[in-house]
Amino acid sequence: MEHIVIIGNGISGVTLARHVRKLSDKKITIVSAETDYFFSRTALMYIYMGHMKFEHTQPYENWFWEKNRIELKKGYVNSIDTDIKTLHFADGDQITYDKLVIATGSKPNKFGWPGQDLNGAQGLYSKQDLDNMEVVAPDNKVCKRAVIVGGGLIGIELAEMLNSRDIPVTFLVRESSFWNGVLPEGESQMINRHIKNHHIDLRLNTNLKAINSDGNGNVKSIIIEETGEEIACNFVGLTAGVTPNISFLKNSKIETNKGVLVNRYLETNIKDVYAIGDCAEQRKAIGNRRPIEAVWYTGRMMGETLAQTICDNKLQYKPGHWFNSAKFLDIEYQTYGWVFGEKGRPNHEKHFHWKHEDDTKCITIAYHKDSNVFLGINTFGIRMRHETFDKWLTENRTVDYVINNLKEANFDPEFYKQFEAKILDAYNNQLQTA
Amino acid sequence: MSNKLNHSMSLASPDAFNISTKQKFALGIGLVGLFILALALFNVNLPNTALFLTLAIGMITVGTIIYSRAAYLSKLEGIKNDGAWFKSLVSRGFWGWALGIILTSFYIILYFYPQYLGLGKNGEANTGLVGLFDPLSNLLSGRNASQWFVYGTLYTIAILAFGYKFILKYRHNRYQQIRTISVMFFQLGFAYLIPEFMYIMNNDLPYYDLKNIWPLNYYLFDEWSVKGFLSNGNIGLALILFGIVSTFIITPILTYKYGKRWYCSWVCGCGGLAETAGDPFRHLSSKKLSAWKIERWLIHLVLVFSVIMTTAMVYSYLGKDSNNFWLTREVFITAEIIFLTFIFGTVMFFKGKELGKDAKYGAIGYALVIIILLVMHFTATIDHLFYVKSGTLRSVYGIYIGSIFSGVIGTGFYPILGNRTWCRFGCPMAAILGFQQRLFSKFRITTNGGQCISCGNCSNSCEMGIDVRAYAQKGENIVRSSCVGCGICSAVCPRGVLKLENDTMKGRINPTEILLGNDVDLMDLINNK
Repeated sequence: MEHIVIIGNGISGVTLARHVRKLSDKKITIVSAETDYFFSRTALMYIYMGHMKFEHTQPYENWFWEKNRIELKKGYVNSIDTDIKTLHFADGDQITYDKLVIATGSKPNKFGWPGQDLNGAQGLYSKQDLDNMEVVAPDNKVCKRAVIVGGGLIGIELAEMLNSRDIPVTFLVRESSFWNGVLPEGESQMINRHIKNHHIDLRLNTNLKAINSDGNGNVKSIIIEETGEEIACNFVGLTAGVTPNISFLKNSKIETNKGVLVNRYLETNIKDVYAIGDCAEQRKAIGNRRPIEAVWYTGRMMGETLAQTICDNKLQYKPGHWFNSAKFLDIEYQTYGWVFGEKGRPNHEKHFHWKHEDDTKCITIAYHKDSNVFLGINTFGIRMRHETFDKWLTENRTVDYVINNLKEANFDPEFYKQFEAKILDAYNNQLQTA
Repeated sequence: MSNKLNHSMSLASPDAFNISTKQKFALGIGLVGLFILALALFNVNLPNTALFLTLAIGMITVGTIIYSRAAYLSKLEGIKNDGAWFKSLVSRGFWGWALGIILTSFYIILYFYPQYLGLGKNGEANTGLVGLFDPLSNLLSGRNASQWFVYGTLYTIAILAFGYKFILKYRHNRYQQIRTISVMFFQLGFAYLIPEFMYIMNNDLPYYDLKNIWPLNYYLFDEWSVKGFLSNGNIGLALILFGIVSTFIITPILTYKYGKRWYCSWVCGCGGLAETAGDPFRHLSSKKLSAWKIERWLIHLVLVFSVIMTTAMVYSYLGKDSNNFWLTREVFITAEIIFLTFIFGTVMFFKGKELGKDAKYGAIGYALVIIILLVMHFTATIDHLFYVKSGTLRSVYGIYIGSIFSGVIGTGFYPILGNRTWCRFGCPMAAILGFQQRLFSKFRITTNGGQCISCGNCSNSCEMGIDVRAYAQKGENIVRSSCVGCGICSAVCPRGVLKLENDTMKGRINPTEILLGNDVDLMDLINNK
């Protein structure tokens, strides 16, 4: 029986395993050094905030794996010998595979800041990161202040977490406005204000220079690059993006760049070795997508796709229309299609922006300036229906059509106030004045 | 992972670690109110009962209101679950168990030893806690209080005060607010005030909470009750007819249109308490598959029990001679068997396939009920059914289901098993509504394409123990008989994945393997196979 070995028990690897099991009787082994069972990484924050316990973040009960004949092996893979199809573990153990899938995810970026490895300086990615955080920042008596470096999605989650325990937070963002490499200006600035409303000390245009030690290997303070200001703190969250977690491959024959290089079939340069999820890097980017997509959904889609290939239905990774979502403290965000921030926005892309006066809801619709074809939408504080936008994108609807039919896409709970009429008014006014 | 517990009594979620001075003050006021009730309970002779009762109720209410305002209005609108699993009271810690034991004891005394609450026996004056409530009862209906009046009053106060708290907690969510106002209204009006006023207008009429529907108000069809109503002319007859219409006509229509939520989380009193005072305990329900299996057996057994018990109850006072009254024992049992057969046949015809192997269990259940009814009919004597006195079945049901299951376990165990134990494992009304919701209703919780991140907030906050995530992460709508439509899963979802809605029956149940967002050809290949 063919033996499929998957390194990594995150969403990519587990989705793959589930689908391979549905399609075949192959022997499946999932290897992880992180946890015994699959958990939802995106839910780590809720454990610290007390909304859930760790076991609640596990999407399948523990009996699930044996019932579906998916073997779980806890261990750290030191090296891979692709010639004899063997994995060598840190504890000396080894296993052989017929097909190998690398799904090891990411690790937080560290840019060589002095003091970045001190106790109390860390990212938030793994279960271990959360455990460490519970030690160094359990409450505001042990951790008098926390500093977060990097204005992205994990940064703001970390800020929310610390806030829930009344730990004062200083949030250093390199850009001139929160996440404006991705978000258009109006949205980004609304989130700036929302962050400040939560009493988080947001510092824009601010870089980290160094992290100081207290002499015992613990974080004592940080220094700001621009002003030289020293901020006393006991915790430094390093959230300036993530990078593929593939250092264990460096002595293997598997070709890597930032991530494991794969073609559209998710195959590496070595036969019978594949890579999916955060750690996979497309040799050539697909459409507007980045070569490395560290997103939950893309990891899942790659798992769904590769299962077909492994079970003898060779299939390209061909993701549909881009979508994503996040939550910025109390404001939910969804996006369908492409809406660019200032950076990298194509010349033909024009925006219609509407913001509610309460400053917690807004939308931005991107469209082609010549053809008026709808390109994508960002929505804050208003839920939208994925299916509807997917359909409209496929049908190449115009911006007029989308705005006139926006109600159809509304996904807010019943009895919520609806804003389609206001949005339509704003749209009509804006066009007349423009 | 944090296992440390905070032994604060705080019920409000944002103050995971400390409560403010204002909240301590509010807690103090509320506790003094409770202390007055405790004094009365231990038979301290309070001089001016009207004054002390007002003080007690007022302080509990005001305390809760001040506490809630301090907890929620100082924060921005949003989800307030911080620290829920750290607090002893709401995560089965010391205070949780303590509260569970206190509540359970209270229910045992209430149901089985009301004299300890001060209920005067054989016309004696009330003392203690019941005595304390005499002035209010006299004010409302001109009679002295009973233990049920005390319970009803406290119950109503709990729903109103904690309902207010819940509305503040979800002040960004109009579905939650409107729903809560609805349960507060039905409790205060229909369950509490209207029956008292009905008593003033006509004190021969038996107690009737109009929103209670069979099989919850099985006692409506008790002999003394039916006689009581019928001896009151048209109004009594109208009430009895309303009871029948509400079960067989109003309920199916509303459930078809809106799902069982129209009752369970908008109208019902048990639901009302669970959604307000019980809300902080919602995450304690078990989401295990094994719990679901127990649930399915238990709730349907209770349903079978209640059908047979009610039948036996009515049967016992029917005669054999159609000259006296057209509805004889024979007519009644024949009509019921025809009715049950009609329902069973219809379901099997239209939904048999969809039910799969559950159809087998349904058939066994149906056959069992019919056999039991026939056995009853052919072994019955004038005052014996199933060879025991005809009232036995009813009193067994009353004690074990009506009192112990719904009260002692259902509410007393809030801090241990979560706030919907009765609704989930025991309520026969929920079983009927759920059956219809699963098979014949426009209601579902729609899953938003591929947006689920499997975080588990939805499952965690489901009071009915539904593993919502198991559906959401497959992009499958949630169509479950037990769902009471409280909408909290949708509220806590950080990615906007869940929406409660009433839409067409077509495509309501939509199992998918490949989620929206992936290769369209792959979705076609797998999902339309």
